[in-house]
Amino acid sequence: MIEVIDAERCTSCDICVNVCPTNVFDKTDGIPVIARQSDCQTCFLCELYCPEDALYVAPHADTPCPTDVVALRETAALGSYRRAVGWTDQTRDLRGIDRSYLLFGH
Amino acid sequence: MTTNDRRAEQRPVPGGSVEFDADVLVIGGGPAGTWAAVSAAERGARVVLADKGFCGTSGATAAAGTGVWYVDPDPALREAAMANREKLGGHLQDRRWMARVLDQTYQDGNRLAAWGYPYPVDDSGKSQRNSLQGPEYMRLMRKRTKQASVTILDHSTALELLVDDDGAVAGASGVRRQKHDRWTVRAKAVVIATGGCAFLSKTLGSNVLTGDGYLMAAEVGAEFSSMEFSNAYAISPAFGSVTKTLFYGWATFSYEDGSVVPGAASKGGRSAIARALLQGPVYARLDKADGNVQRDMRASQPNFFLPFDRTGIDPFSERFPVTLRLEGTVRGTGGLRIVDDSCATSVPGLYAAGDAATRELICGGFTGGGSHNAAWAMSSGTWAGRGAADYARQLGPARQRRLASAGTVAFRSRSNRPLEPAVLARAVQDEVYPYELNYFRHASRLDGALARLDAAWVDVSAADAASKDDLLRARESAAMLATSRWMYRSARARNESRGMHRRDDYPDQDDRQRHYVTSGGLDEVWTAVRPHADASYAEAAE
Repeated sequence: MIEVIDAERCTSCDICVNVCPTNVFDKTDGIPVIARQSDCQTCFLCELYCPEDALYVAPHADTPCPTDVVALRETAALGSYRRAVGWTDQTRDLRGIDRSYLLFGH
Repeated sequence: MTTNDRRAEQRPVPGGSVEFDADVLVIGGGPAGTWAAVSAAERGARVVLADKGFCGTSGATAAAGTGVWYVDPDPALREAAMANREKLGGHLQDRRWMARVLDQTYQDGNRLAAWGYPYPVDDSGKSQRNSLQGPEYMRLMRKRTKQASVTILDHSTALELLVDDDGAVAGASGVRRQKHDRWTVRAKAVVIATGGCAFLSKTLGSNVLTGDGYLMAAEVGAEFSSMEFSNAYAISPAFGSVTKTLFYGWATFSYEDGSVVPGAASKGGRSAIARALLQGPVYARLDKADGNVQRDMRASQPNFFLPFDRTGIDPFSERFPVTLRLEGTVRGTGGLRIVDDSCATSVPGLYAAGDAATRELICGGFTGGGSHNAAWAMSSGTWAGRGAADYARQLGPARQRRLASAGTVAFRSRSNRPLEPAVLARAVQDEVYPYELNYFRHASRLDGALARLDAAWVDVSAADAASKDDLLRARESAAMLATSRWMYRSARARNESRGMHRRDDYPDQDDRQRHYVTSGGLDEVWTAVRPHADASYAEAAE
C-alpha cells in the first residue's frame, strides 16, 4: 500500500490525486495526503505517474508497512519503478524492450 | 461537421452537479471502454466516457502487462491459434467469433503501432505485437480517447441506468467522488465496459472491478451467460498484489518443510496449489528460469519484481510464500450475454464489452493469461462502440424522452435499517474466496452458500437507502452479492466439470452438457440452458 509522500520532493502538483484509480489521496492547501490508505490496491501507478519520484508504495497489499522516508532516500527505491518502465528521460529506451514474445508458450 | 459539434453537450444545471446530452455513454475506461469510445466517436457519435477511477490507470490492464491474441493472418497460424485452446475451454468456443476476434485484434493491434505504441523489435527486425505493457497502453488509449473528442469524466462512478418509457436504456447517473456531487448523462445508447468482478481481493489493479455494470444491467433486465466460469484464482506472493501467472511457469512449489507439492504448476496444476494451501503455507521459487529467462522477465514485466526487490527476496534462488487470489469474472469467462455481432445485450440500447461481457464465444469455459482477454477487450470494445453509435443514429434526432432511474438496492428507503457496505462485502467474500466453496465446488456446499447469499439479498433489499457517503460502497457490495448469486446458481446448473468450473460431485466432463448456462434476475435468480452454436446448426440441418 502507499506509504510515503516525500515532502521534500513533492511539488503539490496533485497528479497522484488525479490518477489514483481508487481515490486514496486528498488534495490540501499544501501537499496531498494519504486519506484512505486501506483503499489502496497496491497497483504502483501513483508512483509511476509521479514526476518527482516522491511516492513510495510498499509491496504489502493487505497490511500497512510504515516506512521511514529518510532511510528510503538512502536506497534507490524512490522512482525505481518509473525508471524500470522507461518513463524517465534517462531510461526512455526501456519502453520498447518488452521480451514477452520470448517467454510465451513456455 | 467540425470536431466541436461532435462533443457531448453539457447542460446547465443548478446545485453543482453536471449533466450531458450524448449519443453514446461508455461506462468504464479500461481497454474495452476506450476502444468503444474511440470507435463510437469515429462513427460520428457524441460520446461521454465515465470511469469510477481514472481512465488510464483504472482496471486490471493498466497496472499489469498483458499478452494479446495477435496472430498474423496466415491461415495455418490462425487455425492453430483457434484449435489450441478449444479443449481447455471445454469446447464451448464459437469458431466464427474466434475468427472475427483474430481479425479485429490484428487491425486494432496495428492501429496501436500507428498511434505510436512502442512495440519491441526482435532480432530479425520484426515488430512483435503479441504483448502490451499496461501503463504504456492505457496512457496511449486515454490520449486517443481525448483526441477523438470524447468527454472523459474521471472519478465518476456510475450508480444506475436511466430508461425510457419503453424500457430502452437512455443514459446513466452516478457520483463524482472528488467533487461530492452527481453526474447525469442522457444518451441514446450505453456501453457497459465496467470489467468483471474480483470481489475486492486486491489482485493486481482489480479493486475497481466489483461488478457494478452487472448490477446496473440486471436492474434493466439484462441476461448473463457462463457465470459458472467465474472461479479463476491467480498466484501472487502471499503478502503482495502482483499476479503474473506466466512467470510461475518457471517455479517449483513446496510445502513448509521444503518438500515439493506433487502436481503443483502454474499451468495445469494450480488446483494442486489450492489443495496444498488448504493444509498450510505454500512456497515458490522460480528456480527453473535460467539467466536469459531471468533477464527477459525483468525487461518484460518490471512490476513483477517490485514485491521482491522491496523486501530483499531473490525469487530465483529463495523461497517465498504464495497465495491464490480470486480473480472472479475478471479472468473468468462469464458476463453479460451478447445477442449479436454488434455486442448488443438483451436490452435495447444497452451494449457490453470487455470483461463485463461474456467471453464464452472465444474462450469457452477457461482463459489462462491475458491474451484472449485483451483481444476480446479490443474487439468487443470496437464493435460495441460502433454498434451503439449506429443504434443512436437510427434513433434519430434527440426526442424529449421521459427518463426514469432504474436503480434499486441502496436507493430505496424501506426499513430504517441501514445497509452496511463493509459488512456485506465481507459476507460475500466469505462465500466466494474459500477454495473449498468456489475452486472445488459441490452441490451441498453451493446450496449452503446460496442460502446465505439469498438471505443476504433479502436483507439488503429491505435495507434503508444508503447515505450519500455510503452510496458508492453500498452499490459495490450489492453488485458483488448479486454477482455471487448468478455465479453459484449457474454453477449449480452445470452438473459436470468443464473449463474452470470444477465439481467434486461431478468430476468429469459430460458431452450432453456442451451448452451455455444463461442466468439473470435479482430478487429471483434464474438459470436456463442455451444450445452451443454447433448444436443449433446440427438441429437446423436435420
